Amino acid sequence: MGLELGKFSDAYTRSATTCEMNPEDMEKLNVKPGELVRISTEHGSVTVRAIKALEEVPPGVVFIPYGPWINLVVRPETHGTGMPSFKGIEVDIEPEKVSRVLGAKDLVEHS
Amino acid sequence: MDIITGVVCPFCGCLCDDLEVAVEGNKIVSVKNGCAYSLTKYLNYQKERLSEAVVRKGEEQVPVELDEAVRKAAQILVDATYPVLYGWSSTGCETQHLGIELAEELSGAIDNTSTVCHGPTVEAFQELGHPSCTLGQVKNRADVIIYWGSNPLQSHLRHLSRYTLGAEGRWRKGRDDRTLVVVDVRKTYTARVADYFIQVEPNMDFELMSALRMALKHEEIEQDTVAGVSVEDVEELAEVLRGCEFGALFYGLGLTMSSGKNRNLDAAISLVTDLNKWTKFVMMPMRGHFNVNGANTVFLWQTGYPFAVDFSHGYPRYNPGVTSVIDILSRDESDAALVVSSDPVANFPRKATESLLRNPMIVVDPHKTVTTEKAEVVIPSAFVGIECEGTAYRMDSVPLKLKKVVEPPSSCPADEEILRRVLKEVRRLKGGN
Repeated sequence: MGLELGKFSDAYTRSATTCEMNPEDMEKLNVKPGELVRISTEHGSVTVRAIKALEEVPPGVVFIPYGPWINLVVRPETHGTGMPSFKGIEVDIEPEKVSRVLGAKDLVEHS
Repeated sequence: MDIITGVVCPFCGCLCDDLEVAVEGNKIVSVKNGCAYSLTKYLNYQKERLSEAVVRKGEEQVPVELDEAVRKAAQILVDATYPVLYGWSSTGCETQHLGIELAEELSGAIDNTSTVCHGPTVEAFQELGHPSCTLGQVKNRADVIIYWGSNPLQSHLRHLSRYTLGAEGRWRKGRDDRTLVVVDVRKTYTARVADYFIQVEPNMDFELMSALRMALKHEEIEQDTVAGVSVEDVEELAEVLRGCEFGALFYGLGLTMSSGKNRNLDAAISLVTDLNKWTKFVMMPMRGHFNVNGANTVFLWQTGYPFAVDFSHGYPRYNPGVTSVIDILSRDESDAALVVSSDPVANFPRKATESLLRNPMIVVDPHKTVTTEKAEVVIPSAFVGIECEGTAYRMDSVPLKLKKVVEPPSSCPADEEILRRVLKEVRRLKGGN
């Protein structure tokens, strides 16, 4: 819904910076709902907010909505199809104590 | 107050055509029948709106007259050796057609947003074909519905009530007459209302479909589980599918964005083809942007190819992985970009975005986005389906006419008009007049 309220709206930022996790994984990482996590791949890293998945994910799987935040870490290779690997990618997750969730404008300035 | 009926919703690929929009003094005051997304769009489309054409001068984007913005845009495109023209899914077919003409004139590349959504689908359809039908057929006949890697209760809110699970059709009267199967990595909202929920491991859809095809033929699967699913469940599902009278497979980005990509779709087409040996079965991608299917359709009839079309040799060439926008950008090949109704700076992987930002960008869009913020030229346009007319293709490839319900601001012409002017100016510059 945030999308239709504008790409710079709080609703869109909130929605696209949410990391839905399995409660078991949150416990293992010692992350409480609403706390920040850092998602990293070989392509970069991004800070998002962890919550208990609204739509259940199995342990070891997290869900982050499509948007400029997760696009900092997805795999750009298209394997001859034109389509990058937006799903099913391996990521490292760690609790984030220092950084903050950046706004959409800051993200682009930093890239 | 005027009530406009039979309005087609310009949000998702469902193109719901039963909206009633109430307008008072050129302002939309209420919308009947629309889903939550539709209502939000109609009642908030003026938020974060672009109001004037701008051209970058140094660090600043400076307001200019439309004519100057068009001249600057055309000059950037004509000066480029290999411009890339991208977007095209949130506008009408008439504008898409002009985009193709412009790409040919410029010897550039043109790609639409399906390249990062159902591109693998259309690739597989190009290679193998696919059995399909209209959504009306599904509503009237389908007794088994599958959503695979698709969560319509989050993405296409009226799909279940208008066409599938709860729809009152001629021969299927409602929920009791239909069986719902959901295959997904997550237990989604749609999975919660399913009769059969199959939880597949990430990136294992191809394997699961292969196992299903074996089970359909009563071949022995020499494993206890496939893709995280027990073989008993695979065999039970195979019987459900074989035993139906009319099945419909709807699928989403869970298949196209995961490992396998177009090969997942090859497997899905093979599965549906197999099922037609025993029963009637069809398949349909859940299209996202309201006219992304129109983009594929117009590209296809104009050039022979549905997306990722390159005109650098003077004739259309199609080679996804080479002529697709992500790959062109990843190789740093383009030297200018025209973006129409899309936000690629937000939507592309970082490497492609960084390359795009090295191109002078011209953006035609109703909204402020991170892409417009970075552009050399921004031309605000009217909302297709709200402030101007246009043609759009529903996910089942039925074309529908989008209505104009309010007047656009005077500084925001239809993007069709903008493209026509840019094309005219490009031809003038190339002709040396």
